[in-house]
Amino acid sequence: MTVQSVLSATDKLDLLRMMVLIRTFEEAILREYHADKSPGFDIGAGLVPGEMHLAAGQEPVAAGIGAHLSLGDAMTATHRPHHLAIAHGVDMRKMAAEIFGRETGLGRGRGGHMHLFDPKVHFSCSGIVAEGLPPALGQAFAFQRAGTDRVAVAVAGEGAANQGAFHEALNLAALWKLPVIFVIEDNDWGISVPRSASTSVPSNAVRAAAYGIPGTRVEDNAVEDIWAAVGEAVRRARAGEGPSLIEVHTLRLWGHFEGDAQGYRGDLEGVPGRDPIPTYQKHLTDAGILDGAAFTEMGAAASTKVEDAIAFAKSSPLPDPADALKYVFTEGAQS
Amino acid sequence: MSTAPTTQIQLPLEPEAGRRKLSTAKAITEAITQQMHIDEKVFVMGEDVGPYGGIFSSTTGLLDEFGPERVIDTPISETAFIGLGIGAAVEGMRPVVELMFVDFFGVCMDQIYNHMAKIHYESGGNVRVPMVLMSAAGGGYSDGAQHSQCLWGTFAHLPGMKVVVPSNPYDAKGLMTAAIRSDDPVIYLFHKGIMGLGWMKKNPRSIGAVPTDAYEVPIGKARVAREGTDVSIVTLSLSVHHSLDVAEKLASEGIDVEVIDLRSVVPLDREAIVASVGKTGRLVVVDEDYQSFGLSGEVIATVAEALPGGLKHVSRVAVPDVPIPYASGLEYAVLPTPARIEAAVRKAVAG
Ligand SMILES: Cc1ncc(C[n+]2csc(CCOP(=O)(O)OP(=O)(O)O)c2C)c(N)n1
Ligand SMILES: [Mg+2]
Repeated sequence: MTVQSVLSATDKLDLLRMMVLIRTFEEAILREYHADKSPGFDIGAGLVPGEMHLAAGQEPVAAGIGAHLSLGDAMTATHRPHHLAIAHGVDMRKMAAEIFGRETGLGRGRGGHMHLFDPKVHFSCSGIVAEGLPPALGQAFAFQRAGTDRVAVAVAGEGAANQGAFHEALNLAALWKLPVIFVIEDNDWGISVPRSASTSVPSNAVRAAAYGIPGTRVEDNAVEDIWAAVGEAVRRARAGEGPSLIEVHTLRLWGHFEGDAQGYRGDLEGVPGRDPIPTYQKHLTDAGILDGAAFTEMGAAASTKVEDAIAFAKSSPLPDPADALKYVFTEGAQS
Repeated sequence: MSTAPTTQIQLPLEPEAGRRKLSTAKAITEAITQQMHIDEKVFVMGEDVGPYGGIFSSTTGLLDEFGPERVIDTPISETAFIGLGIGAAVEGMRPVVELMFVDFFGVCMDQIYNHMAKIHYESGGNVRVPMVLMSAAGGGYSDGAQHSQCLWGTFAHLPGMKVVVPSNPYDAKGLMTAAIRSDDPVIYLFHKGIMGLGWMKKNPRSIGAVPTDAYEVPIGKARVAREGTDVSIVTLSLSVHHSLDVAEKLASEGIDVEVIDLRSVVPLDREAIVASVGKTGRLVVVDEDYQSFGLSGEVIATVAEALPGGLKHVSRVAVPDVPIPYASGLEYAVLPTPARIEAAVRKAVAG
């Protein structure tokens, strides 16, 4: 596979298009999530019950990674998975249906939004902080053993980089030169705990040195820089040179989960101005690549796709409660 | 170990009516606050226990009252901070450590069961670990397979930890006070559905009368939550309320249900169980934990050992050995709902 080191105008528009698609999806889920939880927020009520962690503001990370991956590559994500799933090509209709707990969902309604599994594109995620990282090593191991140049991308938050699993995974991947790209989404917060109160170093990129692998930190949620850093890490991994660690300083635009009043958060005032989508839109407009009509068109296309997925989800059947015990084991699982 | 049946049933430990009412969450916080005032060695540590006040409000207000030296937000490093709690306890401090959801024990279990729970024994009683590990348990709000488990049977299976599981504000305060004062490690599991949170469906009994002064509810003593003669429901946590609701409903049909709230899993109040079932002859165990290899089997074994041949009915209503599903309809098909409990009781008295 040839490695591209310069973004064409089309590539740049594709990055923005992906960011817009993700935001449109997250806004639609936000709308649906809150639509039937009143009066008085009840987390277990409505068509989309349970915890809901949305990734608005973190779209550049997903777009910058997704641009380098093909269908055979793997990705493991976190409790905040939608942006990564979309950029990795997870089936949006089935993903929406899973979020709505439908039989047509990725996990037939058994998993929910933190437990999305799409084997077609080797995508998975976990609700246990940092525990999505080790399985990526195994996917990379399998790809390596099969003699392919496929890679696995393991994504986690900055809070996760203080878990044992993170450090064990880095060491093992480095030791066995596994084709893994570790990406840390530093959104400054682990729920209510700021990174200054959780992390002993100003950048997780420096932790790469402890395992003898390259570590890079990308500032300002800059999608083109993310794209470039991931591109180099993917090149290395495909060439058999082993894992890399990239930390991106990104932004959690909304609460940790829906319903989070964020009373602990002092940085909220500056947040809307840091929204990466208008920032990149302006960047491309100033560069003469994008005009207003093209941006509107991007939004309209995203809306069409997202609303189709939501409509598919809402019109899909609910799982039959009589089937609640199905799928614990493979026996009798065929429907 | 079998226990001889006793006819003496403990009187319900209830606060007087008309007293000040608190949510379970506030009752827990009040117990911690009072012990922190009495004993400067008590401190609180965990994820989001500071400014956030605990994801399920178990530590709300503590930071304001005691400051960041004694109410400490940690990194997401459960092995490190639970281990730290153990070491601090060994040196004479009295940590109250929160593991945000009990489901997360997987990342830190070694500290819990190979260290916290075994040090006292391994040291021949020479080293004490007076630590409380509190955690949120239970489902019913579509949080999926990794955030909805109860798991008290898992901890109870492993020797060396006391395991307490309150069902109401009064017990929550008294058990927390007893847990902090205990010189043994105590796992303290509160069900999210009994905390009285504003953002989750809750049983009305999650807000109840709580005495202002500090008091202990003894660890290892069950409570007769409702006296009855026809069938014993042995249960704990949120399921106590479902069982009481079912008992009230069936009373109008002349079915007289006794409800035993275990309150502690370790030590298990086998006497109270045997006394109740000895009286009614019928046992329904209701447990939101997984059915097999756990508490419900232990309760039944206790009764079988103590009352061989003396039973007219035994059954259990538990989670049928399946990960907790996300979709609400599936989840409620596996939880011990009032409907499932009612069906079991009807079967018990019919048989
Ligand atoms: C082992 C474990 N501990 C705690 C939690 C609870 N929890 C869920 S998300 C989260 C914060 C994660 O922060 P970070 O890794 O920075 O990801 P972000 O939410 O910022 O995307 C915590 C503490 C968990 N799910 N798993
Ligand atoms: Mg974070």
